[in-house]
Amino acid sequence: MGKREASGTPGQLFLTFLKIGAFTFGGGYAMIPLIQREVVDNRRWVSEADILDVVAIAESTPGPIAINAATFIGRRVGGLKGALCATLGVVLPSFVIIAAISFALEAFEGLRAVRYAFWGIRAGVLALILKALVTLFRQCRKSAFAYAVMALAFVAVALLKAGAIAVILACAALGILARQMGWVKS
Amino acid sequence: MIYLELFWSFFKTGLFTFGGGYAMLPLIQSEVLAHGWLSAEEIVNFIAVSESTPGPFAVNISTYVGRVTAGVCGAACATLGVVLPSFLVILVVARFFERFRRSRLVEGAMAGLRPAVVGLIAAALLSLGRGVFTRAAGEGWLSLLVSATIFLLAAVLAFKKKHPILIIGLSAALGVGAGFALGL
Repeated sequence: MGKREASGTPGQLFLTFLKIGAFTFGGGYAMIPLIQREVVDNRRWVSEADILDVVAIAESTPGPIAINAATFIGRRVGGLKGALCATLGVVLPSFVIIAAISFALEAFEGLRAVRYAFWGIRAGVLALILKALVTLFRQCRKSAFAYAVMALAFVAVALLKAGAIAVILACAALGILARQMGWVKS
Repeated sequence: MIYLELFWSFFKTGLFTFGGGYAMLPLIQSEVLAHGWLSAEEIVNFIAVSESTPGPFAVNISTYVGRVTAGVCGAACATLGVVLPSFLVILVVARFFERFRRSRLVEGAMAGLRPAVVGLIAAALLSLGRGVFTRAAGEGWLSLLVSATIFLLAAVLAFKKKHPILIIGLSAALGVGAGFALGL
């Protein structure tokens, strides 16, 4: 991390990440541009170059990218208290909004119009997942090893009914093995 | 106890998700379906709600599942569960940032995890898609035809990079229109 980082209070961290949590739709990668604008351009907590490392770390540690980035930046800027405030900030808008909406969904789910709407929406959402899948596939570094792992994970879950966690652990182990054997390059 | 179950299920989900957005879907699907907290159809419905509301999918779905299963306390337990692994792991990683970044072990694990997530999401899509279209077919061929048409139209728009909320809104409008017009 660079030396020109500005300091921030836990209160500032909380408010900044509250804003990030409240104004990004879709989560995950959709949040990165807003995090960049708030944390790099406005607050100058993280340098332009270091934000790429933050994203890389957020991607290669378990859990949602937004939470990882919030905890990481909070910890760097304001210690443990900063990490807590930033994480709470990014989670809170979702929590409040969804808790409120869940009551509305229950109240209206019996309506015919709502049932029809969700009938249409389900088909639309499948298309959105398909789009996300194709995007991820394109971003993934292509190699014989990568194709083999994709096929293996798909077959294990779709046909052999293996658990997702077991498949994830196995594929991580395969990746480590492949890296040690030099099958994949850094 | 339901609170503990919610916490533990979403803790596992948070701990084993790598990457953003739909990367969590396969784990959510297996945990939530196995417990009978939501049906496949309800999961797909909720994805639309999550796309149209702010915040990360992980937090949205854990809050929702917790709330409908065990009230606001359930929502808090599930959300705490999904957030905690991230929080703890990042606190540790932040200490060993340089070593973590250059670790061959991490690099290797990611080389396996990235393609694995693609395969897992493909499997999740297949199973959710089968659920949605089987249900539609159960209500007659006309219902199946409308679902397939909306899916194709939405796919074209998605690949033209139209905004997800626009696609969801249009799908909803088509569903309502077709539903009343055809009296399904």
